[in-house]
Amino acid sequence: MSEHESGIKPSKPAVWNDPKYRALFFQVLLVLGLGYFFLTIIDNTLSNMQARGISTGFAFLDEAAGFGIGMSLIEYTEENTYGRTFFVGLLNTLLVSFLGIFFATVLGFVMGIARLSHNWLIAKIAMLYIEIFRNIPVLLQIFFWYFAVLAALPSVRQSLDLGAGIQLNTRGLYLPAPVPEGGFSIVLLLFFAGIVGSFFVARWARKRQEATGQQFPVFYASLGLIVGLPLVVFLLLGSPLSWDYPELKGFNFRGGVSVIPELLALLLALTIYTGTYIAETVRAGINAVSHGQTEASLALGMSRGQTMRLIIVPQAMRVIIPPLTSQYLNLAKNSSLAVAVGYPDLVNVFMGTTLNQTGQAVEIVFMTMAVYLLMSLGISAFMNWYNKAMALVER
Amino acid sequence: MSENQYIVEMNGVHKWYGDFHVLKDVNLKVEKGERIVICGPSGSGKSTAIRCINHLEEHQQGQIIIDGTELTGDLKHIEAIRREVGMVFQHFNLFPHLTILDNLTLAPIWVKKMPKDEAEDIAMKYLDRVKIPEQAQKYPGQLSGGQQQRVAIARSLCMNPKVMLFDEPTSALDPEMISEVLDVMVELAEEGMTMLCVTHEMGFAKKVANRVIFMDGGEIIEQNEPLEFFDNPQSDRTKLFLSQIIQH
Amino acid sequence: MTTETQKYAPGTHPDLPPPVSTTGIIGWLRKNLFDGYVNSLATLFALYLLYLYIPPLFNWAFIDAIWSSPSSDSCRVDGAGACWAYVGSRFTQFMYGFYPSELYWRPNLAGLLLIALMIPLFIKSFKYKWYLAGFILVVYPLIAWILILGGWFGLELVETAKWGGLMLTLILSAVGIVAALPIGIILALGRRSEMPIVKSVCVVFIEFWRGVPLITVLFMSSVMLPLFFPEGTDFDKLARAMIGITLFQSAYMAEVIRGGLQAIPKGQYEAAAALGLSYWKSMTFIILPQALKLVIPGIVNTFISLFKDTTLVLIIGLFDLLAIIQQAGSDAAWLGFETEGYVFCAAVFWMFCFSMSRYSIALEAKLHTGHKR
Repeated sequence: MSEHESGIKPSKPAVWNDPKYRALFFQVLLVLGLGYFFLTIIDNTLSNMQARGISTGFAFLDEAAGFGIGMSLIEYTEENTYGRTFFVGLLNTLLVSFLGIFFATVLGFVMGIARLSHNWLIAKIAMLYIEIFRNIPVLLQIFFWYFAVLAALPSVRQSLDLGAGIQLNTRGLYLPAPVPEGGFSIVLLLFFAGIVGSFFVARWARKRQEATGQQFPVFYASLGLIVGLPLVVFLLLGSPLSWDYPELKGFNFRGGVSVIPELLALLLALTIYTGTYIAETVRAGINAVSHGQTEASLALGMSRGQTMRLIIVPQAMRVIIPPLTSQYLNLAKNSSLAVAVGYPDLVNVFMGTTLNQTGQAVEIVFMTMAVYLLMSLGISAFMNWYNKAMALVER
Repeated sequence: MSENQYIVEMNGVHKWYGDFHVLKDVNLKVEKGERIVICGPSGSGKSTAIRCINHLEEHQQGQIIIDGTELTGDLKHIEAIRREVGMVFQHFNLFPHLTILDNLTLAPIWVKKMPKDEAEDIAMKYLDRVKIPEQAQKYPGQLSGGQQQRVAIARSLCMNPKVMLFDEPTSALDPEMISEVLDVMVELAEEGMTMLCVTHEMGFAKKVANRVIFMDGGEIIEQNEPLEFFDNPQSDRTKLFLSQIIQH
Repeated sequence: MTTETQKYAPGTHPDLPPPVSTTGIIGWLRKNLFDGYVNSLATLFALYLLYLYIPPLFNWAFIDAIWSSPSSDSCRVDGAGACWAYVGSRFTQFMYGFYPSELYWRPNLAGLLLIALMIPLFIKSFKYKWYLAGFILVVYPLIAWILILGGWFGLELVETAKWGGLMLTLILSAVGIVAALPIGIILALGRRSEMPIVKSVCVVFIEFWRGVPLITVLFMSSVMLPLFFPEGTDFDKLARAMIGITLFQSAYMAEVIRGGLQAIPKGQYEAAAALGLSYWKSMTFIILPQALKLVIPGIVNTFISLFKDTTLVLIIGLFDLLAIIQQAGSDAAWLGFETEGYVFCAAVFWMFCFSMSRYSIALEAKLHTGHKR
């Protein structure tokens, strides 16, 4: 029988088996490995670029671009710098993203709610929409709208007159542009004052309800303030708003606001495609609220409208908003497909044309990806914040 | 026009789910202050019957009259009846995104158009009654099952109903929490509330019920006062059912 | 409301049929289509819209369509509908791209082999599913590669530039998923690691690839990858795209697998540790098998997304199904029939994606009931 001595020391394991040091050892290895990997790549890249005569650094951003861009929200000509092309592309990306998000949300919510309708026909139509357009690649949808539908539009000389001065032809959609006159600024002021005022009305109405129990039709009052009052004043002032109608002069339309077909096609495809995902998200969110909630609310005597507004929608929104923001991010990323139809978004203009002309792939790719990464990290941060703020309090 | 002797009246009520005949000629007359326990095997239609009373289920044939108002498809009648009839569900159905206090004051504020202070006073009064006033600012997710059900009872009481419907109120509770809820229901009964309870708690029936009704296959098979019902069941099906349930 | 004329003894009431107005066709119509003013109006409006659009569409696609014809002349006749003859004439190109037609038997063989290998996976009583899956994921790709590329075993070399059409789409998707799976597993495990550097590296990797659009990834791999390697290495265009797609997909795959790892109850990890299993052994034998089985629907969904995303390789000059069809639209002999091409392409994609998503839903239902405690 062996003797047990007190104070016997445990045998020391090898460094790579000692749990204390193993993690550290492994991580040091990882850092060294990654470091070597990246250094090799950077070294190769630099020598390759030197061999091909490609310069490095961001100096190219101040050079003149020398190419035109089909659509720009800010002033841009060929003499502007490459740096400016970055901003033109970025603004175009943001434009199509925001418009797409707006329309896709409207379409998605309508279709999602329709999917849950008691009306069999409406529900089935919504389902068909969702199932068909969700399973077709968005690039194909863009091509379809651009090459098959919009290309079939009549030429400028035979432009389709959709009424109210709206023209549709192969060069795009032409809308009349509003030209504000004298008293219009007052109307505009009233409009914004109405928005602010409706907040105050809502607050006042809530306080009144708490004090006396009486309910106030906040929605209609706000509508009157924001829309009704400015409209009345507008008419009283003699309608100080004229329209710049697009008119055919020579080979093209002058005046008005034009929406190029590339933007139209991109917008249509993105809206319809993303709308399907939003519809499913909305449907899942509303279904997630158990039916017992509706029953309890109705059993207390609340109306269907009050049940929706106070019980169902708040709970559904918790479930809808996080995946909804993911869909918004996907839409923004999918807008980069603009390069396929020639819409001058960030990827097309900067990572396409500018990169081709300057050859400075590394810097340009880095800048472009940084933009999307910032967007995506911003949305993630918002989602995390939202989830924490709205989490149902539990034990 | 008869005087409103009966606070709940069901005459010849039939209901179908598709082709399935789930309620067959249900006739029930409940007087003010009566406490009725409805029992029966699962699928017997007992929950469906009481859910027809506040129109959570719609009956296809027959009449349902609550305190003189007939329950038809007319929305105004339905809402008026629901204001007078309270319901407690098996799964509590508290609103998880609102505090306990807000759960209780929601309907008085929005349906009865009560000022907030008044609603909160009434709410605290009933929270006191169910013995959990300290939970007012908590959320349902933070409460135990028994506490949640007591809050649910208080929530219905805040609307000052004439009739309270209970749909298996203790079936989803852990055993040690059943008595705290039953105690509240007993107190309610002793104060004179008209109650219709679907439950398996026979001890509660014996203590408090005026009448015990046995339903099976969509029909009312037997009804009697509790002692008679439990000691001398008339029908074979009642006897079979009673032999199968464990009495508390 | 009529009262019962016949009273029955308690317990003897027969099952009566429901009132006519509430069942059958009339009842269904009343409840589902004409329930109140708003619904009735909506139904009528919807029916009107359907009447306006569906019959003309049907006529174009089926009744007036030209199904086969040697040239485009019969399609250009007034009143002709869809020119499916155009699709028919280019069908093999849509399927195989520019692959030499006399060598079609090679990709066909590879495809049939895959289907044959996958059939046992669906037979419930088959006992060697995991071994078969391993074989399919590791050995089969090599076989398929040799078959389709050639250059070995006396098979003629067919360069990747000639690959195209639906064949290329399937290859890109399959390679993307298969290659992304092991990388995704490592990343998911790494993200859950307690070693700070490992965790940060994985988080950065995953969030980077998930945050950028696939187009920028394809551009990057097309333009920048050659720069990363010592001068002179010739980089196959298809390989560049595959690397980009794989890295991109592995980040999404990692998140899907991470979801599965999180769903495994902590007790499993603890039990494995208590049995004395090392980290890798417990992962390989206990945790990962369960986690992967849980997320198979998620993996199928990722595959569906990737399948649709492969259309983007058009932009870097590879000829997947959409690209081939797009390019065929400029063929002088069949000018003006782009719509037919797009509709055909949409139908093919729709068929694949819809079936896969149905399969995923069915799988989810089956696996869910298995996992209920």
